Amino acid sequence: MIARALPVATVVATILVLWYLFAVILNAPWERDQAARAGAQITTSQLIANTMAQKRPVLPAPHQVVVEIWNTTALKKITSKRSLVFHGWITLSSTLLGFAIGTVMGVLLAVGIVHNRAMEMSVMPWVVASQTIPILAIAPMIIVVLNAVGLSGLLPKALISAYLSFFPVVVGMVKGLTSPDVLQLDLMRTYGASRRQTLWKLRWPSSVPYLFTSMKVAVAASLVGAIVGELPTGAVAGLGARLLAGSYYGQTIQIWSALFAAAALAATLVALVGLANRIVLRRMGMAR
Amino acid sequence: MSWGVVLGAIGFWLAAWALNAWLAQRTPKGAAARRAQRLVVPAIFGLSLLVLWEGITRGANVPTVLLPPPSMIGERFAASTGILWADFKQTFLQAVLIGYALGCGSAFLVAIAIDRSPFLQRGLLPVGNLISALPIIGIAPIMVMWFGFDWPSKAAVVVVMTFFPTLVNTVQGLQAAETMQRDLMHTYAASYWQTLFKLRLPAAAPFIFNALKICSTLALIGAIVAEFFGTPIVGMGFRISTGVGRMDIDLVWAEIAVAAVAGSAFYGVVVLIERAVTFWHPSVRGQRD
Repeated sequence: MIARALPVATVVATILVLWYLFAVILNAPWERDQAARAGAQITTSQLIANTMAQKRPVLPAPHQVVVEIWNTTALKKITSKRSLVFHGWITLSSTLLGFAIGTVMGVLLAVGIVHNRAMEMSVMPWVVASQTIPILAIAPMIIVVLNAVGLSGLLPKALISAYLSFFPVVVGMVKGLTSPDVLQLDLMRTYGASRRQTLWKLRWPSSVPYLFTSMKVAVAASLVGAIVGELPTGAVAGLGARLLAGSYYGQTIQIWSALFAAAALAATLVALVGLANRIVLRRMGMAR
Repeated sequence: MSWGVVLGAIGFWLAAWALNAWLAQRTPKGAAARRAQRLVVPAIFGLSLLVLWEGITRGANVPTVLLPPPSMIGERFAASTGILWADFKQTFLQAVLIGYALGCGSAFLVAIAIDRSPFLQRGLLPVGNLISALPIIGIAPIMVMWFGFDWPSKAAVVVVMTFFPTLVNTVQGLQAAETMQRDLMHTYAASYWQTLFKLRLPAAAPFIFNALKICSTLALIGAIVAEFFGTPIVGMGFRISTGVGRMDIDLVWAEIAVAAVAGSAFYGVVVLIERAVTFWHPSVRGQRD
């Protein structure tokens, strides 16, 4: 454990040091400018101290971001519009709803593809091709069009998330459901198992590792979908809206804190799927 | 509302599906016929979806601001090739390609640079894996602030998005050569660089190309979404977001068609290069015959 922790800690520490260095370098011109305008000389130590305490820095120092995150999570009421927890929850709820819809639809389509040759040959090439195109580009259109129909709020964003998490699940599950080898399928046939029984007793259990692998990709993709889905609604609520509002008003610290909240959310979601993966595989006796 | 058109479209779709079901049951003899079957069936399915779309939007009088029929999108595409080409040049030829080359190239060089240090590799791999899973797209507003509205800010987003997947895959790929093979190089008294160029880089090629394929999609997404945060008045992302705002939905769909074609063509080119470089790999050899 320590053998692995030390290199990671070193890399993280290096990143932090570089970050502080760049914060000083990037924020210094503004401080010098201010000092020149005031007609005052500024000492180097004063300059460095100032670069880390600007209100709208080019690159906020890490501790400024941490303080902002602390201020907007722990010190604000959860219902407040300025609370990151409030915005994070809005993004999280549409992420989870979309992820659930996308995963269920993906599994259903994969089962259909595996059992129907016509469906496999017609649909599968399009599913694979759709992985290569920037699906996210249609996000604003979905939002605005659904708004025009009268659907607004959670569902349109969740649909984008669902759409993004759908394709990895289909591809992974088709691979998983076809992963039992001929020998195992032949054994099922000698038992006189029906297709339904083969599905439930052989194909489904052997596809579980594939399902979790693609769910890890899907949950990250659906968070990105939810964030991008929040952009075109004009920055109402959610982490994406915080990003957009921050960029409109030049509030860099707000952007960075929303970014870190999103990163923490993504890491937590992926870790949770990984944890579920380990628990399920252990209960199924498939853990390695 | 004219039910005839709708029913006709649904009927066409069902007939195409029946044809596909029949075609899929055939097991043609000969490789050429089988390849033709693999091409024709999805093509029929795609075409039938387009007809269904056209029939329903025209027959049921779906407002064109919600969902324009494909023929209208095609007309719009043909009428505004000038705009579409300008957007393509701005977003794809500048932001995506330059960002992609810089991001993947620098990640490759960093991977080679840390190749001799297992300590750095052990540290960078988990961090790189974590960052690859994060919504990096969120740095777009920061990059727009730093590098301005024009394409360099989009290229910067693309650089960051493509860097970590390439780094992680290249580092893993460089470890792919087997001990036996390395020992053989050692008995040849090959230097570090000879081993790198003659054994380890070729062995890493499948991993690197895997990353390049993932990054080709990521790059286009990064550039388009970054344009939602501010652009000069040209670019695919700009056209999509303003087109949506002005209810110019057919132009948006034309732009999406361009993005789809550009994305799959980009991916296809990477796959072609991969086939040429990793001709020895089992997955490529198997596809030859």
